[in-house]
Amino acid sequence: MDFSIFINEYQFYLAGLWTTVWLVALSLLLGLFIAVPVGLLRSSENWLIKGPAWSFMYFFRGTPLLVQLFLIYYGAAQFDLIHETWLWHYFQEAWFCALLAFTLNTGAYTAEIIRGVISTMPKSELEAAKAYGMSEGQILRRITLPNSLRRALPAYSNEIIFMIHGSAIAGIVTIVDITGAARVVNARYYAPFEAYFGAALLYMCLTFSVIFAFKKWESRYSTR
Amino acid sequence: MILPTLSIKNLHKSFAANEVLKGIDLEAYKGDVISILGASGSGKSTLLRCVNLLETPSSGEIRVNGELIEMKQDKKRGAVPVSIKQVERIRSRLAMVFQGFNLWSHMTVLENVIEAPVHVLGVPKKEAIEKANAILQRVGLYERKSFYPGQLSGGQQQRVAIARALAVEPEVMLFDEPTSALDPELVGEVLSVMRGLAEEGRTMLVVTHEMAFARDVSNKVIFLHEGLVEEQGKPEDIFSNPSSERFKQFISSVY
Repeated sequence: MDFSIFINEYQFYLAGLWTTVWLVALSLLLGLFIAVPVGLLRSSENWLIKGPAWSFMYFFRGTPLLVQLFLIYYGAAQFDLIHETWLWHYFQEAWFCALLAFTLNTGAYTAEIIRGVISTMPKSELEAAKAYGMSEGQILRRITLPNSLRRALPAYSNEIIFMIHGSAIAGIVTIVDITGAARVVNARYYAPFEAYFGAALLYMCLTFSVIFAFKKWESRYSTR
Repeated sequence: MILPTLSIKNLHKSFAANEVLKGIDLEAYKGDVISILGASGSGKSTLLRCVNLLETPSSGEIRVNGELIEMKQDKKRGAVPVSIKQVERIRSRLAMVFQGFNLWSHMTVLENVIEAPVHVLGVPKKEAIEKANAILQRVGLYERKSFYPGQLSGGQQQRVAIARALAVEPEVMLFDEPTSALDPELVGEVLSVMRGLAEEGRTMLVVTHEMAFARDVSNKVIFLHEGLVEEQGKPEDIFSNPSSERFKQFISSVY
């Protein structure tokens, strides 16, 4: 065991950590923008409205993230609409394909979380909102969403952790994230245990930071 | 002629084949405190919920300050309001206090109280907060204004719910069994707040099982039985001299 590899290569690992952080953070943020409307549409009674949302969620929750990434990264070039237009400028970039796959994937999972918390919204609070003369739109904005999003926090912190771990596959399409950095270090030193152990430590730090932050955040609402 | 604040004529309500209200007439004038009594299943809560259209009446007329809530017949859904805007406006002038409090759990006490004035009635926030503070003083919860409902006892929550109702300066306050979900030792604090409201001339419709409240505080009592008004009148008359056999039985069974 030669852990001096970390000290020699720490800058490389840190660059990987940074790539993982921005890739995952941006995917989560964009995914959230998809998830709230999709989760709302999915909560509709009308099949014309909830059907498309259902299909989107069914596909991205029903297939592995790795396959989704391959479909986009390797598969997109077969379509003239992408290959022959300005879109190719983006789709030829590994980071863009990873960002797109991660965003759609977390968007689908988060939409399911949102659908779940909306469906368990206390009926009594909706009734009170109605009784005080709020319109449907006001009830959604003032009552349903703020109440539901708070209840979504524990499940959402899990989704963030899954996303951090899932993002390890970005290394496969040439992105040098934490796992990508470990692959390169391993190739240089032929020390797989040390190389990947370094990656494991970084993922653990990230995960525990998320858990800690959410614990703080949730404790603000724990007395409800 | 003085217009009744609330007038209900020949109100019917059915759930599928089950007719719960079979033609109710009721008039409430400004300052009236009307207790609605009846065994469970007699339709008293349904009647109250029809007033602000939480339940849609199957037929009949409801007027608030003379304004008729316009209804039409829809082929699929039966009776529906013509204008949801009108219904929302009328609801904003009637305040309801529920059996289960129904406070908004993600808002503090103060936020619960200013929500409808600010976001439904369009009162400036600063003004609404000042008024809410005064109302919370009155129900004895000013010190708890930044608490969340989950941190309060049932009696305190119900007093917040009453404060929320007062904050919209309603034409009529509707109470749906406001003390039924409370532990016995907490009933008193809620009833004493309601007693105070009655004394200052609020118009109140109270579905209740509290006979003492009905007898001592209200100026009119209505007894419902199987969807019809079985007995009504001033409490001092009907409690001491009930004309209906069923009401006699009801009083003796409750006491």
